[in-house]
Amino acid sequence: MHEMSLAEGVLKIMEESASAERFRRVRRVVLEIGKLSAVEPEAMRFCFEAVMQGSIAEGAALDIVETEGQGWCAQCACHVPLAALYDACPHCGNFPLGVTAGDAMRVIELEVE
Amino acid sequence: MCGICGCNQTLIAGHAARPSGKAVRFRLHKQAPETADAVRLVRIERDILALNNDHAAANRRALAERGIFALNLVSSPGSGKTTLLVKTITALNGALPLAVIEGDQQTENDAVRIRAAGAPALQINTGRGCHLDAKMVGQALEQMKLQDDSLLLIENVGNLVCPASFDLGEAHKVVILSVTEGEDKPLKYPDMFRAASLMLLNKCDLLPYVEFDADLAISYARRINPALQVMRISATSGAGMQAWLDWIKEGSSQAASA
Ligand SMILES: Nc1nc2c(ncn2[C@@H]2O[C@H](COP(=O)(O)OP(=O)(O)OP(=O)(O)O)[C@@H](O)[C@H]2O)c(=O)[nH]1
Ligand SMILES: [Mg+2]
Ligand SMILES: [Zn+2]
Ligand SMILES: [Zn+2]
Ligand SMILES: [Zn+2]
Repeated sequence: MHEMSLAEGVLKIMEESASAERFRRVRRVVLEIGKLSAVEPEAMRFCFEAVMQGSIAEGAALDIVETEGQGWCAQCACHVPLAALYDACPHCGNFPLGVTAGDAMRVIELEVE
Repeated sequence: MCGICGCNQTLIAGHAARPSGKAVRFRLHKQAPETADAVRLVRIERDILALNNDHAAANRRALAERGIFALNLVSSPGSGKTTLLVKTITALNGALPLAVIEGDQQTENDAVRIRAAGAPALQINTGRGCHLDAKMVGQALEQMKLQDDSLLLIENVGNLVCPASFDLGEAHKVVILSVTEGEDKPLKYPDMFRAASLMLLNKCDLLPYVEFDADLAISYARRINPALQVMRISATSGAGMQAWLDWIKEGSSQAASA
């Protein structure tokens, strides 16, 4: 399950931040997970809890902000909603569409003490 | 009401400038009750893969400095990566200095197959990990004593999901799809087909015996990645291998002269 190593990536980012920003504990983590990214939010929740055990973020709350997918249709010259990477343009049926939003997976903010 | 713990105390909210220059938003209870520690918000805004991407960038720089052309071979388990590597090593027959990094969860088997074909190979066992990451490859590069202007072939763990997200510092990802898998694999695992530069459609010798519409598979893959190059090959019979060898030689001489 690759959410496990992604959760480890989240922990490393928090540990780096802890020494730069001088905090000892993380109480809440806000992640942005695009609907077109390779992350399943439920799997991330499961792995997050496991990976954070014994760390500065043990027991921390996890907020996942899911962002909608968006693509660019070159034929129509407009942005269109995109539910999957292989979707066609709803106006003209053209694909592929360039992904313009919804493929990010980022650590947005931490609540720390 | 306090947005942090839901109590009824008013908040002091504000922005503080840190020595790092990064603005840090903080919120405190006006009369901090039992907790002595201030709770504050720290803005991060970093990609979850940021640390892997840093290692990958370092690998890419190190490889470029030495003119090494690195390929990351990705596929489902059993699509023929090791067979392809063995055939590639035999066919190149020393024309290009090369080395192999083998990624598997367990066993040294694939590295043994590569060494038997006459190329140096370093096996990385990822244990419960289901992909290679850039740090593992960076450590392998330090151990391997690669030749300048050589070819580095990295066989990733058989897995079409996460190797797509973990950049290793390679020049290209090469995705191998075999005709014994469904032609809708590119739709089911779009990230991998989006991340790859080249798709090798392998086991084409089996096309007469299986129901697999090669044109359909290719059109699905190009729906996700219109720039994807495609070659139809059979690693066991050798059919179509010349185009792949030419592609490697071309990329390798470009990397060496850059
Ligand atoms: N018919 C046919 N069989 C092939 C071809 N290429 C590979 N195979 C067979 O497919 C099986 C798996 O091949 P491997 O090269 O071990 O596959 P792999 O992708 O390295 O497998 P993992 O490392 O376990 O993910 C072996 O039995 C190969 O002989 C091909 O072009 N045609
Ligand atoms: Mg193999
Ligand atoms: Zn359109
Ligand atoms: Zn409060
Ligand atoms: Zn993985």
